[in-house]
Amino acid sequence: MGLDHPASSDTAEAACIPFTETGIAPVGVQLRLSSLAFNGDVLLRNLDLTLPPGRITCLLGPSGVGKTSILRLIAGFLPLPSGSFLKTSDGQPLTGRLSYMDQRDLLLPWARVRDNLLIGARLRGETPDLARADTLLSRVGLEKWRDARPDALSGGMRQRVALARTLMEDTPVVLMDEPFSALDAITKYHLQALAARLLANRTVLLITHDPMEALRIGHEIHVLSGSPAQLSGPIRPAGKIPRDPTNDELKTHYSAIMSALAVSVEG
Amino acid sequence: MRLFRPLITIAGLICLWAVITTAFSLPKFILPTPLVVGKALVTHAALIAENALTTGIEILSGLFLGVLFGMISALLISAFRPVKQWVFPLLIASQAIPVFAIAPLLVLWFGYGMAPKIVMSLLIIYFPVTVGFLDGLNRTDPAWMNLATLLQQSGPKGRFLRLVRLYRYIKIPFALPSLASGIRVAAAIAPIGAVVGEWVGASSGLGYLMLHANARVQTDLMFASLLTLTAMALALYFLIDHGLRLALPWLAGRTDFSFPQHHSSQSTET
Repeated sequence: MGLDHPASSDTAEAACIPFTETGIAPVGVQLRLSSLAFNGDVLLRNLDLTLPPGRITCLLGPSGVGKTSILRLIAGFLPLPSGSFLKTSDGQPLTGRLSYMDQRDLLLPWARVRDNLLIGARLRGETPDLARADTLLSRVGLEKWRDARPDALSGGMRQRVALARTLMEDTPVVLMDEPFSALDAITKYHLQALAARLLANRTVLLITHDPMEALRIGHEIHVLSGSPAQLSGPIRPAGKIPRDPTNDELKTHYSAIMSALAVSVEG
Repeated sequence: MRLFRPLITIAGLICLWAVITTAFSLPKFILPTPLVVGKALVTHAALIAENALTTGIEILSGLFLGVLFGMISALLISAFRPVKQWVFPLLIASQAIPVFAIAPLLVLWFGYGMAPKIVMSLLIIYFPVTVGFLDGLNRTDPAWMNLATLLQQSGPKGRFLRLVRLYRYIKIPFALPSLASGIRVAAAIAPIGAVVGEWVGASSGLGYLMLHANARVQTDLMFASLLTLTAMALALYFLIDHGLRLALPWLAGRTDFSFPQHHSSQSTET
């Protein structure tokens, strides 16, 4: 399946120029949740999460703690329970101003790479913006793969296509559910840097279970742990993203995060 | 090679057939030798060809209409809840009626021409196509449905157009493998409908020819017709299978969508 070629071009993105979008004002999001229960079990209670405008907020936590539920509530995939609310800094509803990136790339297997970027426009009956799609493909270093089908791409390349598709929507708010968790360490490292650059100026909620990932690209880091889960933080590591994870200050944060995570394992 | 192996098996079976007929010296009207059947194929070639044409048209028309109606039904049932609630149970129940039992009725209603045979094929084909396609339409990955909902949110509000585009770009393409399975089953059983229809009442067709050859103890002609029908059915199946494979190239390397045996793995590897 030609797995060798993709691996070599995974490093191509390092040479990318920063990608800044004009015309979108950053929007802050606030979620206030009274309680969320599944089958009678209270998963989350009295939770207050703020996504500062134009920043990457990381939500860390062990599996099953309810991270994804928070994302699904914001995305509208789950209805908000009574007594809860979702507010934006400009007072406008979030509907139509969100894009979403999943752990799986969710590429359409029959569509060529560029057509995968155009699917949003097609689903809305708009004329697809081919030039923008081509620009984004070169931003993620895949311009040569424009006409390839997803099955010819490596996991890292597929996830880069998914990132480009997410950015294609040009929304002020981006929700990401463990987008890099299925990738190998090197590919992940490159993709985090690429995402940090391309997501500049957008309000991002990044769900992850990897503390290093949060420290590398999160402006604010919250840890969700315990049962029912409590939100701690936020931790605000210093320095521009993507950060060097071997930095001493990050090591201190790393221990703090690990001990916060341990609460839910013991409890 | 993949075409060669079944041919060897067929040659082996014909040899076995020849051995049995000579060893037990079976009379021609019970089991003719392959040679006699071969001769009948040649001497009655024109007669067989003429009747094969009738049956062929019936099978293809039935297949086309059955697939068309099956697809339309599956789309309506999947997209509109009332259709599902009011019609789908009926569709399931209708499968309890043996199609063979209503064949005389179809002849009564549509006459002795091709129409009742086409309807017969259609009825047999309709169900596997509908169920196959519907199954595929109902199993769109929920993650993709969520993503599609988000992608459509910033667009125009029209619910019907949203639904049409959702089906066109997401749901139908995702359901095509299931539809293809349904069509392959349909291609394999379509000849049954046509031949059963011909048995009940017809003035031409391979089923008609077989019935008459049998009554007149022309067992060699009967076998020749049967072989022709088998060859037609196989040709139809492999043509459809090949066509579907060409139409859905992205499934070539997938294991959860298994075309029988011969995966064209070499071609995707390069």
